[in-house]
Amino acid sequence: MTRYNFQSMAELLQIAADEGLTLAGVVIRYQEDLEGKSREEVRRAMGERLAVMRAAARKGLHEDIRSPSGLVGGGGKLLEERRLAGQSLCAATTARAIALAMAVAEVNASMGRVVAAPTAGSCGILPGVLLALEAEKGLDEDLLIDGLFAAAGIGMVAAGQASLSGAALGCQAEVGVAAAMAAAAAVEMTGGDAVQAANAAGVALQGLMGLVCDPVGGLVEVPCVMRNAMGAAQALVAADIALAGVQCYIPFDEIVAAMVQVGRALPPELRETGAGGIAACPTARKLARQIGIKTLDKDSLQENLSVASPGIP
Amino acid sequence: MDAFQIIGPVMIGPSSSHTAGAVRIGRLARAILGEQPLRAEILLHGSFARTVRGHGTDRALVAGLLSFDVADERVREALELAPREGLEVTFGEKDLGDVHPNSVQLNLEGREGKVQVEASSLGGAQVVVNKIDAFEVEIYGDLPTLVAAYPDRPGVIAAVAALLAGVGVNIAGMRVSRREAGEQALMVVETDQAIPPGLVPAMRALPMMERVIQIDPV
Repeated sequence: MTRYNFQSMAELLQIAADEGLTLAGVVIRYQEDLEGKSREEVRRAMGERLAVMRAAARKGLHEDIRSPSGLVGGGGKLLEERRLAGQSLCAATTARAIALAMAVAEVNASMGRVVAAPTAGSCGILPGVLLALEAEKGLDEDLLIDGLFAAAGIGMVAAGQASLSGAALGCQAEVGVAAAMAAAAAVEMTGGDAVQAANAAGVALQGLMGLVCDPVGGLVEVPCVMRNAMGAAQALVAADIALAGVQCYIPFDEIVAAMVQVGRALPPELRETGAGGIAACPTARKLARQIGIKTLDKDSLQENLSVASPGIP
Repeated sequence: MDAFQIIGPVMIGPSSSHTAGAVRIGRLARAILGEQPLRAEILLHGSFARTVRGHGTDRALVAGLLSFDVADERVREALELAPREGLEVTFGEKDLGDVHPNSVQLNLEGREGKVQVEASSLGGAQVVVNKIDAFEVEIYGDLPTLVAAYPDRPGVIAAVAALLAGVGVNIAGMRVSRREAGEQALMVVETDQAIPPGLVPAMRALPMMERVIQIDPV
């Protein structure tokens, strides 16, 4: 096994300190050793994923898209029009990030091509933050690829210690972890160090602790698409907090462990079953019925659950 | 852990379990049939049945039967493309019993034969084939896989192992099941290397071998 192997944020930070590397630097070397490939090859592979993110962002911002259920589509485009008209209440980077994040999440909902990052349900957050920083701060392609590797490092730590599935631990494990990944990427791409990046990841995940998975009709649409925009904004907030030198205090590994505890404590109706939270609102049930989805209530869910909850990597 | 499992896969949305996983199940089922199906009866269970349309699980399963990849933008149009490819599809619901909530039974018919496949989508685009006809199996589709049916007699496993060793293919995992001693047995072999052309015909030529299926990773 490669000497760049890490199981926890503590180990990842230790390797970074020992080798004088950024988080991205450690993850790139880890990936080179894992695949037996050159630095250029693994960077090119990540560059291809960035290209898919760009294409999804373009599609979501500029084309008329709609999910098969008809519930979502066009939100990112509206946000972008508002931004271009100079009407955004958010400052420049955030205004771009939320439009991009929503647009990419809508492309996902309408069966377009996306990069799961770390999941399909949270696929808008990283492209939102990265492409917004590119446009507003003039970051180049290489820096964005580094950012994706830094983000991957955060996701690898979280995936090793927790599940990244809303069905297992709620939305905190999807949008929460995606925001943590994007926050760390934002810090490293704009000149922060590895410790600050880890701090930013912790701040983001703390802020989204307990977020439940309660999609209307069980679809990755409402409120998932909007939560991608919220997650992108949270990631930028967390990055600013860390870059300002504010301490997170709680190590990222402990925050992930807390997320697992919180996720396990969530009742099944708040874990991607479409039977609780927003999904249980009267209007949500009506919408689900209109699009031909049989929803479960709390009681019928109990019967269904006798058949096991998914075991997810 | 792989960085590209976190930033990836590239896939058609909206759900890694209900869409990408469903495409992979369709591809595996087609590989098990061994040819392009002409008719497919798709019976959905549990969560697959409840959210089929919104997640595009129906389109995704059919896309897999048409050999589309999880990142192929034609997944969205798979239901319209199927008849043009000579594939007739019907959908239904079926309670498959004590299985994962995201499960499906596919009854496929091709020019050469037919097969019944049951599979589950486990999350994160991971899937498992649970049943081929009457046999319980465990096929994940991540590695090259061989499935062989034969009467339960001594020597068959050794003969298959010898054939694989002869072409330098390492066995990553092997599972053998049978209904009763002396009855028909089923062997599932996962390998580290790609299965070279010629190996499957050589396995089929073994005495008593009834059926050999090659499943390339999907």
